[in-house]
Amino acid sequence: MNLPIYLDNNATTPMDPRVLDAMLPYFNQKFGNAASRNHAFGWVAEEAVDYAREQVAKIIGASEKEIIFTSGATEADNLAIKGVFEMYKDKGNHIITTTTEHKAVLDTCKHVEKLGARVTYLPVQADGLINLQELEAAMTGETILVSIMYGNNEIGVIQPIREIAAIAHKYGALFMTDATQAVGKIPVDVIADGIDLLAFTAHKIYGPKGVGALYVRRKGPRVKVTAQMDGGGHERGMRSGTLNVPGIVGFGKACEICMQEMESEAKRLSALRDKLQASLLELEESYVNGNVAHRLPHVANISFKYVEGEGLMMAMKDLAVSSGSACTSASLEPSYVLKSLGLSDDLAHSSIRFGLGRFTTEQEVDYAIAVTKKSVTHLRELSPLWEMFKEGIDLDSIEWAEH
Amino acid sequence: MAYSDKVIDHYTNPRNVGTLDKSSSKVGTGLVGAPECGDVMRLQIQVDDNNIITDAKFKTFGCGSAIASSSLATEWLKGKTIDDAMKIDNMDIVEELALPPVKIHCSVLAEDAIKAAINDFRVKNGLEAIASEKAHH
Repeated sequence: MNLPIYLDNNATTPMDPRVLDAMLPYFNQKFGNAASRNHAFGWVAEEAVDYAREQVAKIIGASEKEIIFTSGATEADNLAIKGVFEMYKDKGNHIITTTTEHKAVLDTCKHVEKLGARVTYLPVQADGLINLQELEAAMTGETILVSIMYGNNEIGVIQPIREIAAIAHKYGALFMTDATQAVGKIPVDVIADGIDLLAFTAHKIYGPKGVGALYVRRKGPRVKVTAQMDGGGHERGMRSGTLNVPGIVGFGKACEICMQEMESEAKRLSALRDKLQASLLELEESYVNGNVAHRLPHVANISFKYVEGEGLMMAMKDLAVSSGSACTSASLEPSYVLKSLGLSDDLAHSSIRFGLGRFTTEQEVDYAIAVTKKSVTHLRELSPLWEMFKEGIDLDSIEWAEH
Repeated sequence: MAYSDKVIDHYTNPRNVGTLDKSSSKVGTGLVGAPECGDVMRLQIQVDDNNIITDAKFKTFGCGSAIASSSLATEWLKGKTIDDAMKIDNMDIVEELALPPVKIHCSVLAEDAIKAAINDFRVKNGLEAIASEKAHH
């Protein structure tokens, strides 16, 4: 076992060696521009892109003509929301999203608000799921787009996608989902799920960074987005720019591997995650954040009360995890996702996200359990809050000086 | 973000972790910060009849820099008179621990904790609390 141990697979994943092997020839031997139509170098590159487009389409049950390659999920989110708003703004100006979306969606919504959109940010329930009645109540004749993520990046909660899509369609709106964390981890099917636009990326599924895709439905209804990048008219005019051939080849290979291994891998990872979670919940005053029944198989977000997350990560220096404590950021505000669940700031500061992945072993999980338990216990010995809790002092009764 | 060696040293081997009897008239206790902000420091001093700090203890809920700042503060307090201790400036802590700008608030909190502990001791012993001239951020 090599240290440190990587348990931050929601941030990014290591590239699978099989993906790297598939990509390598396209850097120097098969380096052609996929848009060069008049020589063999271009044809070879185009063929590779076509093949990858099929692999990428297949993992979400789409047709290859519905895939627009982008630089990643952030660009796909931008293209979907800005592109739909521009294309359909004569039909209406209302967009619905949630407060727990990734910043790529939230900040893009903020952007279109400045251009005249009206955006509803639906709150979530204490378990991280949206309330479908609230969604339906928010729908209006002006609603052109509902954008709700598939699986959450911080807590792994999976939203009721089919029900959301049905509500959006009932009111004539398009349904878009940021499925960055879900694709490749759980079955995603744009037809069965009723998805009109879907953003995802390669580097969360053991592919390379710098390549992602937007699925844009072509039938029932035919969805159009206004291009946000102008130029040579690549990707059926929706996203200009020379295609990142090695990246796209890697993205395709990554999707193919996920298709083959998803079922067994999801079982393996959820067993490991459940072991990790059960062991850590043996610690007093530790809590899982988010719904555990509707959750991605590889994620556990746990708060260890009376211990601050960043301090804890420093104690667990052999574990690469992430925390909802934003002590490292200039804002000092803890995670907005955890706060949306109604978590108090102190519990949000005390949270750690464990993200397991394809290369995580049971031995690593056992090590992570031991290190986390030891570190939490150690830091509680240092914590005045833990001492007060143990003495039976109600921390809410103290007048804290906010600084 | 990389931590300085001194922060890591204090964090890994914190000095003077513990609890003094807060009901004793010879003990001053400062509890500063707030759980919602992710930082709470409790700093305690034991003062002898010559107003010299003979012992100092801390417990801190916070990041590595907050723990290191309070650990360092307890080291500096021991052996000082309460008047000299009042002069400890947060920027001395910033310098000693090489704290980056985003962590300066940890040193401010440590200075606040020192002053709160001294003032608690002063009030307990019939002296006036000394107002801090520093504006809080």
